[in-house]
Amino acid sequence: MSSVLYDVPGPRARARNRVLAVATVVVVLAAVGFVLWRFTLSGQFTAQKWSVFTYTNVWITIGEMLLNTLKAFALAGVLSLALGFALAIGRLSDHAWVRVPVMVVTELFRAVPVLVMMMIFYYGLPTFDITIAPYWAVVLGLTLYNGSVLAEALRAGVEALPRGQSEAGYAIGLRKSNVMMLILLPQAIRAMLPVIVAQLVVTLKDTALGFIITYPELLYYTKLLSSQARLGSPILQSAIVIGGIYIVMCLLLSWLAHWIEKRGRRSAKRPDAGPHDPAADDEVTLTEAISMQTGAGPRNAGGRLPG
Amino acid sequence: MDAITGNLDLWRQGIGTTLLLFAGGGVIAIVLGTVVGAMRVSPVPIARAVGTLYVNLVRNTPLTLVFFFFIFGYSALALPTLPNTILGIAAIGVYTATYVAETLRAGINTVPVGQAEAARAIGLPFGLVMTQVVLPQAFRSVVPPMMSVLIALLKNTTVAAGFSIAVLPRLQQTISNSHTRPGTSMEILAWVAVFFVVVVMLLTLAQRALEKKWRIAR
Repeated sequence: MSSVLYDVPGPRARARNRVLAVATVVVVLAAVGFVLWRFTLSGQFTAQKWSVFTYTNVWITIGEMLLNTLKAFALAGVLSLALGFALAIGRLSDHAWVRVPVMVVTELFRAVPVLVMMMIFYYGLPTFDITIAPYWAVVLGLTLYNGSVLAEALRAGVEALPRGQSEAGYAIGLRKSNVMMLILLPQAIRAMLPVIVAQLVVTLKDTALGFIITYPELLYYTKLLSSQARLGSPILQSAIVIGGIYIVMCLLLSWLAHWIEKRGRRSAKRPDAGPHDPAADDEVTLTEAISMQTGAGPRNAGGRLPG
Repeated sequence: MDAITGNLDLWRQGIGTTLLLFAGGGVIAIVLGTVVGAMRVSPVPIARAVGTLYVNLVRNTPLTLVFFFFIFGYSALALPTLPNTILGIAAIGVYTATYVAETLRAGINTVPVGQAEAARAIGLPFGLVMTQVVLPQAFRSVVPPMMSVLIALLKNTTVAAGFSIAVLPRLQQTISNSHTRPGTSMEILAWVAVFFVVVVMLLTLAQRALEKKWRIAR
C-alpha cells in the first residue's frame, strides 16, 4: 500500500522494516522490563500491597466516589453545553453591543486555567465572605472553561457553513432566530460533534482537578487509599486501578461519539456528502453578486440580511 | 497592588517555576511526541501499535493522575530521589507528548497522497520527497494546532500546584498560610489569572502571525 510517506516497500525496505520492528520490540520490552524489575524490587507485587482491593467496603466507596466524579461531570457537561450555545449565538449576533462583550468573556474564560478558576471559586470567594461547596467550585470552573471552548467550536461550525444556507433561509421568509435554530445550528452541531465530544472527554478528565480543592472524587480517594500504612501504602496499586477506571470511562465516551457520528452519517441524506463543491463556499455568493450589480452593495459582513 | 509588591520573591519564584515547567515539559513533549508521531505513521505495524497504545492510554488519563503517578508513584519505586519539579516536568512532558504526536500525524495526513506519488514519479529519492515535498506542506498545517497544544501546556502547568511544586497558583496557599504576607486569596488568584490571560494572549497573537505567514497559497 502506498502512503504519502512511504512507497510500496521493496526487498531492502522490507528488511529494514523488520530491523525496525525488532528494535521497537526490544526498546518497549526493555522499558516495560525495567518498570517491572523496579516493581518487584520495591515489593509492589506483594499480596499485602494489593490486599486493599479485597475489602468490599473499599469497592463500595470507590463506587460512591465514581458517582461523585460522574455527578460533577454530568452537571458540568450539561451546563457547559448550555453556556456554549448561549455564547456562540451571542458571538454571532449582528449587534456589536452583544457580540463584543460575549467575545471578551469567551476569550477570558478560555485563557484562564481551569484549576485557577476552581481555586478562585473555592479559595478566593471566602475573601468576600462567600463560601461554596467544593462540588460547586468544580462544576462552575468546568462549566465556564468548557462552555467557552464549546462556544468557539460551535461558532466555527456555523461560520464554516456555505453562506447560501442562511440566504436560502431568509429567502423563504424565516426570521433571524429561525435561521439560526432551524438551519445553521443543526448543521453546525452535526459537523462539530467530534469536537464537542472530545471536549466532553476533557471535562470528564478535568473533574480529577477537584482532588486539589478537596472535592471527594475518585482521585481524592486514591490519595486516601495510598496513605493507608496498615495496608502497606498501596500508592501505585490504587493509582493503577483508578487510572483504569478513568481510561475505560473516557474510551466509552469516545466510542459513543464515534458510534453517534457513524449513525448520523448513515441516516443523513445530505447532498454535500459527495465531493466538496467549491462553488458552495465561494467568497461572494450569487446573491451578493446580483446585489452588487444593482448597486446595492453586499449586505453586512456575516451575509445575513436584517430579519 | 500590595499582593504583588509585598511578595515579589514569591512571584519571581512562581513565574520562574511555571516557565521552567512550560519550557522543560515543552522540550520533552516535542521530542517524545515526534518519536511517537513518527511511530504512528511508520510502515512498521508493531511500531504503529505501540504508538497507538501509548497515545490512547495517556490521553484518556487525567493529567492530575499522571502527576500522581510521577510524584507519588516514583517515590514508591525506591529509585534515587528527584526533586518534585523535575518529576513534574516529566509528567507534563509525557502527557503533552500524546497531543504533539496526534497533531503531527494529523498534519502529515493533510498532505494529499498524490503529492508524494508525483514526487516519486519524477524520480526523487525518499529524502528529497520528504524534505522538498511532504514536510514543507505538513509543517504549515501543523504550526497553528501545535501552538494550541503549547498554550494548553502552559495552562496545564497549574496542575503542578496540587503536588507541592511552586508554580503560580501555589502562591495562594503559601501566602494565606503565612499570616504575615500581604494579599488576600482572591487578590493572589486574580493576579495569577491575569498572568495567564496576558501570556496566553501573547501566544495567541504569535499563533495568528505564524498562521498568516505560512498560510498555504492554493
